[in-house]
Amino acid sequence: MLNKDAKLVDNLLDEQVIVQKPTRDGFGEGSVLAGKENENVVMLCADLTDSTRAGMFKKEFSDRFVQIGIAEQNMMGVAVGMAMAGKVPFLSTYGVFCPGRNWDQIRVNACYNNANVKFTGAHTGVSVGPDGATHQALEDIAITRCIPNITVIAPCDYHETRKATLASAKINGPVYLRFAREATPVFTTNDTPFEIGKALVLREGKDAVIIGCGSLLYKALIVAEELAKEGLEIMVVNIATIKPIDTETIIESAKKCGAVVSVEDHQVMGGLGSAVAEVLTKNYPVPQEFIGMQDTFGESGQPDELLEKYGMGKEAIKIAVKKVIGRKK
Amino acid sequence: MSVWVLKIIKMDLKKLEQTANLIRQDIIGMLLEAKSGHSAGPLGMADVFTAIYFGDVIKHDPKKPEWEERDRIVLSNGHICPVLYATLAHAGYFPVEELKTLRKLGTRLQGHPHYGVLPGIESTSGPLAQGLSQAVGMGIAFKMDKKKNQVICLTGDGEQDEGQIWEAVMLAGKLKMDNLTQIIDRNNIQIDGFTEDVMPLESLEDKYEAFGWHVIEVNGHNIEKIIDAINMSKAIFEKPVVIIAHTIPGKGVEFMEFDFKWHGMPPNKEQADIALKQLRTLGGKITSEHE
Repeated sequence: MLNKDAKLVDNLLDEQVIVQKPTRDGFGEGSVLAGKENENVVMLCADLTDSTRAGMFKKEFSDRFVQIGIAEQNMMGVAVGMAMAGKVPFLSTYGVFCPGRNWDQIRVNACYNNANVKFTGAHTGVSVGPDGATHQALEDIAITRCIPNITVIAPCDYHETRKATLASAKINGPVYLRFAREATPVFTTNDTPFEIGKALVLREGKDAVIIGCGSLLYKALIVAEELAKEGLEIMVVNIATIKPIDTETIIESAKKCGAVVSVEDHQVMGGLGSAVAEVLTKNYPVPQEFIGMQDTFGESGQPDELLEKYGMGKEAIKIAVKKVIGRKK
Repeated sequence: MSVWVLKIIKMDLKKLEQTANLIRQDIIGMLLEAKSGHSAGPLGMADVFTAIYFGDVIKHDPKKPEWEERDRIVLSNGHICPVLYATLAHAGYFPVEELKTLRKLGTRLQGHPHYGVLPGIESTSGPLAQGLSQAVGMGIAFKMDKKKNQVICLTGDGEQDEGQIWEAVMLAGKLKMDNLTQIIDRNNIQIDGFTEDVMPLESLEDKYEAFGWHVIEVNGHNIEKIIDAINMSKAIFEKPVVIIAHTIPGKGVEFMEFDFKWHGMPPNKEQADIALKQLRTLGGKITSEHE
């Protein structure tokens, strides 16, 4: 059953009426809120101002917006330089370019310097859709979370993106924020708790736990509801902060349920599922199934078609849950 | 100018030359102790570093390395850090004795500079071109805040091969960043050979002018001229400035000069002895650049 403390939307399970909104809208609004709270917050963009919703910040604070041009490596260096001089820079572009194209600058300039920069990767996951494999960032969690000093956050919907954006401006150090492309279900509310580093139990259960991040969590909730009709009580946990990861909640949920399915729109190698496995292998090993991209590139198509084809749809999650329960001793 | 003023200037220059010589001797000593590191670049840039830190051209205070009003000196080609370390130590940022810890376990003098541990280091550097982007970022922030701080970024000529250099150069040109000066160590060598063989850079001057920069070319071993160039760079309005400092790699140590094999190699004991002897006795050779 749904966790009341998560304060999710009322019509959660009605897929037909749930509001759909792009996570990037949450980024635009969150950055404006951060800009109002702190005059040192600035925005850098690499020629994707409107698409990433950095334009909302630009409209409000035009003198604190820097158009870098299509130069993501330079953008990261410039942002770090500005942070060294007291600014709190947000960087906005697509995930395939940042952290995809400027990883060296992220590693040495942002992370080794422990610089106070907040970089965002929009359009991540295979659910980017028609743009095809070149623009579907599927490795970004893996290549960021392995760097010391970094915080990695993958919010699940519009509200959580807004909260994560605002919260990231308030902590010191490099933060990577991962966004989706198309409108995704808004299933949390203004009142849903959010804290960097804290997982949130969305649904209570005891037979297996789905641990996920991003908009696929909505599918996980629907799957859990459908499985409830079959007599299975499935717990669902939102790991918005992939690093530093909430080990306590992961271990507790594994102890309670004895089996884990990780769910992410990302390669299964090195992503959230790997991060969960790292925690459990060391502390409380239980069977785990991995939903995500299975070591392959995506292609053009509609988001839901692609999620189905690459094994991240509801049916695939359902099968994984049953399989992992079957593996319990 | 009166004879008296000329005398003062000459005395000061003499002192600066002696400082540059001491920095060179320390570079040799550090590299010998560390048994790895780059020789040619640091020796070649000793006069430029002396001019920056001792030539009264920047706002800085070794006793207050975090002073907000300080100008920012960003070393982008981090591999020549022995010259930065030796200069900072002589300027009083940390004890000269610490130089011999270079590249050793637990040292603040990392093989490439690391921000946050050693006073006077403005940013971590090593992977090339990244310092210039950061220098541009610092300059943008100072402009936003209407602060007067100047930013000087030191780069290598081989470093100009990196695409990111030109991304940063384009942005600085676009923003007319007159609080930014780049000093390129034009010593014509990089690890694999002469720059013009590895990847031709000329005409560097035309390239920078085309990107909206003001270009000054200078003899990188004439401290007086370097000081003039930096002062000039501060006077240029609405343009970033690049000072192309023509230097001799390995300057001051005869067998290292002009030889690209010394780009990434330290001297052994015997070579270091010869080098130090030359620096102590043939200092006049460097002085002659001014006469």
